[in-house]
Amino acid sequence: MSAATESFLAPGDKAATSAPPPPPRPRGRRVGLIASLVTLGLLLAAWSLAAWQAWVSPLFLPSPIAVARAAAGLVTDGFADATLLQHFTASLGRVFGALAASLVVGVPVGFAIATSRIGRGILDPIVEFLRPLPPLAYLPLVIIWFGIGEGSKVLVIALAMVPPTVISTAAGVRAVSEDRIRAARSLGATGSQVLRFVVLPSALPAVLTGTRIALGTGWSTLVAAELVAATRGLGFMIQSAAQFLVTDVVIVGILVIASVAFFLESVIRFLERRFVPWSSRL
Amino acid sequence: MSTLRLDTVSLSYAPVGADDGLVLDRVDLAVRTRDFVAVIGRSGSGKTSLLNLAAGFLQPTAGSVSVDGKPVAGPGADRAVVFQDDALFPWLSARENVAFALRLKGTGPAERARRADALLERVGLAGAGDKAVWELSGGMRQRVGIARAIAAEPRFLLMDEPLGALDAMTRERMQELLLTVWRDTGAGVLLITHGIEEALFLATRVVVLAPGPGRVEAVIEAGFGRQFLSGRPAREIKADPAFVAARERLRDLIDPLETKAAA
Ligand SMILES: Nc1ncnc2c1ncn2[C@@H]1O[C@H](COP(=O)(O)OP(=O)(O)OP(=O)(O)O)[C@@H](O)[C@H]1O
Ligand SMILES: [Mg+2]
Repeated sequence: MSAATESFLAPGDKAATSAPPPPPRPRGRRVGLIASLVTLGLLLAAWSLAAWQAWVSPLFLPSPIAVARAAAGLVTDGFADATLLQHFTASLGRVFGALAASLVVGVPVGFAIATSRIGRGILDPIVEFLRPLPPLAYLPLVIIWFGIGEGSKVLVIALAMVPPTVISTAAGVRAVSEDRIRAARSLGATGSQVLRFVVLPSALPAVLTGTRIALGTGWSTLVAAELVAATRGLGFMIQSAAQFLVTDVVIVGILVIASVAFFLESVIRFLERRFVPWSSRL
Repeated sequence: MSTLRLDTVSLSYAPVGADDGLVLDRVDLAVRTRDFVAVIGRSGSGKTSLLNLAAGFLQPTAGSVSVDGKPVAGPGADRAVVFQDDALFPWLSARENVAFALRLKGTGPAERARRADALLERVGLAGAGDKAVWELSGGMRQRVGIARAIAAEPRFLLMDEPLGALDAMTRERMQELLLTVWRDTGAGVLLITHGIEEALFLATRVVVLAPGPGRVEAVIEAGFGRQFLSGRPAREIKADPAFVAARERLRDLIDPLETKAAA
């Protein structure tokens, strides 16, 4: 098939030559993954080398194999009267309890801060006061007030998780598109319908982001929470191992926490793709 | 028969008491059902402000906005709005977006889906109900936005440059859609546009807004849209000497400086 080309050029005009567009570059999504794996491999190799050459005393840096053996021992025999699984479930229960509490408290507080001037006036200072505090600073106070039971441990973690939940939720609610609210209003929505059908779904991605950040904070608070009167938990396990210089157990504990945190992060990213696929597109 | 009326409406965004910052100065405008009123004017002449007043998103500083004599206190489903950047709800499918007004009224899911699909078909999107918003092109999104607005069965359709972000070809298709929607719903249309030809082709009345502060500069009666609806091809209408003359007249009104410079 041949198309006739007609010309409507005014005298003096030059015909525009259209250069073909450059071919699309193949997207290297794998490249990032490969780079990560190579980095991991190199770190592991350096670690093995350092242990093998005995640059560092095995007391301080046991070999990867020793750590793997310690992990196997932890699974079967345990450490400090509990198996790795029992330590793990104790910690997981505390972090999830704190997560539930921080969602129940943090999401409504975030809504209140974003939607009401009075709410903001009352709640914002509290959140901003809490946010920069290191858990070790308020731990003694929590113990004095609430004792050394399980509730105190969850509370210590929750206190660290609430601020990111609140701040993220409030940012999400504030960022709700004015036009979408107006669209709903002009279609007949009442105030509470706007909240339910527009503000809530609009803020959902930010709530999930807040959850992701809060979970990270929760894991980093775990060791502090299990400092006092714990008999189980990954944080407790690491501390008691450290007291007896059982370095391989310390390293196993660190690796388990890191893997669980990474796994949960992936779960939330999956939930984001599954339930709020629009957030990255619009 | 209803009338949406702006009566000597002035608007200032400045705090009450401040003299300056007047954006609209004693504007009169009436849209009856079955009217198609297009408002054109230069950027900053207050077109969007005017529409926001009619929608009830803003309250006038002076004068009144009313429907059949009843003051407009806020937005409502009798005055559905179509936005320039569609303002669709991305967490809902195309069908659920269209059904939004019905959901607010408590219509059941089956009935909702049936009517939404019928509306989608009417705007030329049959079968696209399950699509996500981001899977739609700009023109398709505007069609969904229009279907969503007419689902509320409004007496007035208020549109702020609904075709502004579309390419020329799509825009002509959409202009024809606006005319059939106008005819089929019998709603009164208030269309904000910066397209002179678009305003003239669609509207029964073209209102020219002059800037600084915005005021009605001229009103021109037209009826080319009806010609199109009774079967005359759009290209023939736009080449009609009467159409060309009216278009040039509107150009003069909107950009008098350029006319003087050319003379
Ligand atoms: N929310 C606001 N606060 C203060 N001033 C505003 C606000 N919205 C608009 N203005 C001012 O009012 C005037 C009219 O704005 P408006 O958006 O109504 O114009 P427009 O005719 O719609 O322009 P465009 O064609 O660019 O959309 C402008 O000078 C603008 O700066
Ligand atoms: Mg505007």
